[in-house]
Amino acid sequence: MFFALGLSASPAFADGASSVTNIFKPDGAPARAIFDYTMLVLAVCAVIFVIVVGLLVYTVTRFRHRREDDGQEPPQVYGSNQIELAWTVIPIIIVFVLTLVTARTIAEVQNAVPPPKALKVTVVGHQWWWEIRYPDLGVVTANELHVPVSDPAQPRPTFLKLESADVAHSFWIPQLAGKTDVIPNRDNSMWIEPVTPGTYLGNCAEYCGTQHARMLIRVIVHPQGEFENWVAAQKPDSATDTNLVAAQKPDSATDTQVKAGRDVFFSTSCVNCHTINGTEANGKFGPDLTHLMSRQTLGSGAALNTPEKLRAWVRNPQNLKPGCYMPDMQLTDEEMDQLVRYLLTLN
Amino acid sequence: MVAANPEIPLARPLVSPSIVTRLHGLVVTVDHKKLGLMYIASALFFLVVAGLMASVIRLQLALPNNNIVAPDTFNRLFTVHGTAMVFFVGMPIVAGLSNYLVPLMIGARDMAFPRLNAFGYWMFLFGAALLFFSYIGAPGLSGHGSAPDVGWFAYAPLTGRAFSRGNSTDYWTLCLLVSGIGSLSSAVNVIATAFGMRSPGMTLMRMPLFVWMMVVVSAMMFIVIPPLTAAQIMLLIDRFLGGNFFNTQSGGSAVLWQHFFWIFGHPEVYVLMIPGFACASEIIPVFSRKPIFGYSAMVGATTMIAFVSMGVWAHHMFSMGMTSVGNTFFMISTMAISVPTGIKIFNWLATMYGGKIRFELPMLCCLAFLFQFLIAGLTGIMLAAVPFDWHLTDTYFVVAHFHYVLIGGMLFCIFGGIYYWFPKATGRMLNKTLGLWHVALFFIGFHLTFDTMHIPGLLGMPRRIYTYDPGRGWELLNLITSIGVVFQIVGIACLAWNLIRSLRKGEKAGDDPWDAWTLEWATTSPPPEYNFETVPPVRSARPLWDLKHPEDPDWKYE
Amino acid sequence: MINADRLNLPYTSAEWSLPSSRKVAIASLIVTESAMFTIFVVAYVYYIGKSLTGPYPAEVLETPIVSTICLLASSLTIVLAERSFKRESIGAFRLWWSTTILLAAVFLGSTAAEWKRLIVDHHLTISTNLFGTTFYSLVGLHASHVIVGLTLLTLVLVLSLKKSIRKADGERIEMLSWYWHFVDGVWVVVFTVVYVIGR
Repeated sequence: MFFALGLSASPAFADGASSVTNIFKPDGAPARAIFDYTMLVLAVCAVIFVIVVGLLVYTVTRFRHRREDDGQEPPQVYGSNQIELAWTVIPIIIVFVLTLVTARTIAEVQNAVPPPKALKVTVVGHQWWWEIRYPDLGVVTANELHVPVSDPAQPRPTFLKLESADVAHSFWIPQLAGKTDVIPNRDNSMWIEPVTPGTYLGNCAEYCGTQHARMLIRVIVHPQGEFENWVAAQKPDSATDTNLVAAQKPDSATDTQVKAGRDVFFSTSCVNCHTINGTEANGKFGPDLTHLMSRQTLGSGAALNTPEKLRAWVRNPQNLKPGCYMPDMQLTDEEMDQLVRYLLTLN
Repeated sequence: MVAANPEIPLARPLVSPSIVTRLHGLVVTVDHKKLGLMYIASALFFLVVAGLMASVIRLQLALPNNNIVAPDTFNRLFTVHGTAMVFFVGMPIVAGLSNYLVPLMIGARDMAFPRLNAFGYWMFLFGAALLFFSYIGAPGLSGHGSAPDVGWFAYAPLTGRAFSRGNSTDYWTLCLLVSGIGSLSSAVNVIATAFGMRSPGMTLMRMPLFVWMMVVVSAMMFIVIPPLTAAQIMLLIDRFLGGNFFNTQSGGSAVLWQHFFWIFGHPEVYVLMIPGFACASEIIPVFSRKPIFGYSAMVGATTMIAFVSMGVWAHHMFSMGMTSVGNTFFMISTMAISVPTGIKIFNWLATMYGGKIRFELPMLCCLAFLFQFLIAGLTGIMLAAVPFDWHLTDTYFVVAHFHYVLIGGMLFCIFGGIYYWFPKATGRMLNKTLGLWHVALFFIGFHLTFDTMHIPGLLGMPRRIYTYDPGRGWELLNLITSIGVVFQIVGIACLAWNLIRSLRKGEKAGDDPWDAWTLEWATTSPPPEYNFETVPPVRSARPLWDLKHPEDPDWKYE
Repeated sequence: MINADRLNLPYTSAEWSLPSSRKVAIASLIVTESAMFTIFVVAYVYYIGKSLTGPYPAEVLETPIVSTICLLASSLTIVLAERSFKRESIGAFRLWWSTTILLAAVFLGSTAAEWKRLIVDHHLTISTNLFGTTFYSLVGLHASHVIVGLTLLTLVLVLSLKKSIRKADGERIEMLSWYWHFVDGVWVVVFTVVYVIGR
């Protein structure tokens, strides 16, 4: 059992995600500002460490009791006001300088005003997944935040409004920004401005219950021009919806299975929790499934989004994410196959 | 446990009392020494229990996607581990040390309110029993027991009825309400004793620093435990009477809980740490053969820490979305508290400087403390640096930081205190070889675990996750962190064996094995029930130094 | 000087005076309780105006003038009782002490009547809205402290009637009166916050 890796799959990051979320590899303006500031703080701490440890080692070595000692007590020194003053004033000066630099960086990151071209996104934290809404674009998706890359000459940051549907969460992509809590009945905001395309990983960073560990985040930064393509594909009346409809036409090879799977979806209680655009399904409790197959992972990072894992998830989500709020729907094998065929058409 | 001292005529029967009589004696005792030792023994017991829980946590996290324990079990483990360590290990050690030593150090016969003392102990024990009983007593949805799983600081609204079904959160709330009353009782007693029962000649500025620091800690407890009590009463009102304090659906504020909790929670960690400072302030001078450097500065610095610590609480909430003004204010206060703390470190160094340092076990523990507390303080500065904290908070960096303070700082001082005062309490020395094994193994294990633990935090690993995926760069670091636990377990086992064995077979200690200077060393080891046959005259902070060095007493220089 | 004789000393402690343990203990208790009340007051103030639904304070609260006067007067009567005790006029002591108890009882009865009116007539309970929760918690916490004080005051009265109280118990009675003044002081704060500011 010690060495078994269990059924809960680990997404091997073969999809090119930069998997090591090192805060010392920042990308984009807020992360860089924090990084530069951090280097100063670490330098100050390192100097203090070296000095004090040096004093400690020196004192312990020089003034250790030696065997050939005469047995007399050493001179009894009670204190010195000047020395006390010295090691009060010097730390105060260091602290003063640090607070000035810190205050400036705080303001730089927190008080940034969104420029007119900024992308606005609302992130809603749920137990244990992320709802991502683009209010100006009419797009709703889950668990992956897609943003355009920003050119330092013409910055295009993304400003996030953070809301919670239930308990406190925290949104953290280490390479792009510091974390900001996601708290019910409170609107928080943060911004990112990534300059390098790619996939950035993150975690929910506030304990929110059973599956806090598997409430992962992916930020996909699109190169120039490609973000608009993604938006177009996600919009409610996009071309992919046309594909969806086409896949269900009478002469399509997978037609009967897909149709049967559609019936399974709409006759079980899937519709109570999930939304699929253009259908009667508009449940809000679980993630929007309209473009399910366009995402990299299932269950906000519980597994990679492959047909096998999709089947395993629908079979019994509790095997991949025990304690999550999607129940085992107790489907027969045949219903499972049909349902998965249907879900695979949701591009 | 109480050895017969041939110089004092026996006042007890020649036949050793039966185990039942002895246990009954402990249940009804109001003697501060017995209660103090009961506090400490209970604390060490819960240290082992909560430590084993931590070991299971580390076993689970040693490998990615491990399944030693289920997610819910893991979440309960870290909640109960944290709650038990703070409230049923840390607080009783504070209470035990202060109850045992304060009357002895001021030349008093007992605490001011002996029955209140006993009341406080049993409230603490009952609180601890409630917490562990929740494992079997608190029905969850499935009907079998479930301990609290909301984290030791129990953020709202996760603790509300809607998200925390069953009674596990109620056990958390009640066990702390009950033991909080016990802590307050102990605090009242310490203050009343220190102010009202000092030996003639012992002015406040001649009290041992240990007593001063316990007074400061007790005063802090009056001010900071009630906010937790208040917040918990509010939580109970929410959960049982439909109150709306933290009910975000009806306009309540989740953030209010955070403020109230941390108004308690931050000073609480100083309540835990300052008694460690108290032990160090007694041990370092004796084993450097010099008085503490800057007695008044130490008193002043401790008081400053106590005051400032009540104004820094929101540094636990830097990512919560306060305005830049709010964040800046708490950043300034948090950075400021490093000044009096630094003063103390420098004073301890200056005490050693020019002395003749003896590397006995109490001193070795305090030297480790100095080194480790410095590091903990520096990572604290990093956490006070708000923009840096936006990365570090809620990650394993913070977990490493506070374990560095509490284990590397406080627990090492407590170890020093145990080696220092065990002879006084029992009349026997602890075995030096076993002690060296304990300290060495624990030191190695501590550093393997907690030095390494900082790094996953820097690489993005949040806290309170029951597992993680490979490929994040966390695997080897977590494995090393977990391996360090093995050394710590063996080290603690050496200490436990040393304690048990030395009770019977330890070398006889005598009144004053360390050639020390405060009043507790002026009576027998262990002290008789009435503490002192005669109290030496007190004319300075080191009455026994004055007695031993009549040609060069302290009071000539004050 | 109470505790000096507990010490076992080789010489006299005539010049050595220390604060009384009892006074220190009650002062500590008052500090602790003040800290707790402060948090409830902070919660009350924070939630002023934030209730999502009614009833709202201005609609339903009536200023409790009479009961406030009674409670504050009880601080005066307890001082008179203490003075009588010091003068050793036990009859006067019992009279003023009983008056204190009576005034406290009137206060509690008035609070109970007010709560009945709020619950039955205005349907304001602890779970109705933020105002309900914070109002009943804060006023209730204070009332519970009045009940504890009232119980202790009654105990002292009974003991006095049984002639079990001696002159040496003067400090104990003084400590109880400190607690009582504290409870009255808290009421001043609660009254101001709830009935003046919060409306």
